[in-house]
Amino acid sequence: MNLTRRDVMALGAGGAALAMLPLPAAAADQAALDAAIKKFTGGAATKDGGVKLTAPEIAENGNTVPIEVEAEGATEILVLAPNNPLPSAFTVSFGPLSGASSASTRIRLAGTQDLTAIAKMKDGSFAMAKRTVKVTIGGCGG
Amino acid sequence: MKNIVPRVKVPATVKAGEVFTVKTLINHPMVSGFGKDKKTGKTIPREIINHFSCDFEGQNVIAMEMDPAISANPYIEFQAKVDKSGTMTFTWKDDDGSVYTKTAPVKVG
Repeated sequence: MNLTRRDVMALGAGGAALAMLPLPAAAADQAALDAAIKKFTGGAATKDGGVKLTAPEIAENGNTVPIEVEAEGATEILVLAPNNPLPSAFTVSFGPLSGASSASTRIRLAGTQDLTAIAKMKDGSFAMAKRTVKVTIGGCGG
Repeated sequence: MKNIVPRVKVPATVKAGEVFTVKTLINHPMVSGFGKDKKTGKTIPREIINHFSCDFEGQNVIAMEMDPAISANPYIEFQAKVDKSGTMTFTWKDDDGSVYTKTAPVKVG
């Protein structure tokens, strides 16, 4: 088979198109994440600090990763796992008999990612914390 | 019928206004809805506990909206404080409509 210059160019364009494919997928994830954040904050700005997100640096098993969130004076905390099939992990709200605005649980992580916690404070402001967790074996099935 | 047993750990006696730790565990597979059956290739439908709440004598302590990212056999630990003796009520809501409840007495002394 003789390759003409035109063929090579067409192949190259095809290859470039293939390479482009993962991009829209990543953009969709970002959109889902932004939507989850917006649903919680209503579009309000978040500031850093004021939230403590405790998670292991390296999680061997993504099926059960112990995490703890704590935010003094928070009424609600949203925890996001941006690289999971569904970015939102859980939302916890504190009632009048809550002793401290903190909660611990175990979550699934599909892969290495920046866990994000957003706290809604009593005064209506929002605070955010991030923490990278390396995951050796992903959870979430598949 | 699934055999779902909720378990809670609450101190038997506390001081009024003292902050104490409550631990809860419920056995549930928490099927995420993202997994596939290896033989048929079909997606296994989601079935998780989607809501948890803890109340004390009609007042809320904590409520939690849960997404499929919560691990199987959900474990939740949190802090509470009470001023008088009473009953703590724990409620888990399943996707299939079931509601699991558990109560624990708390004595202030």
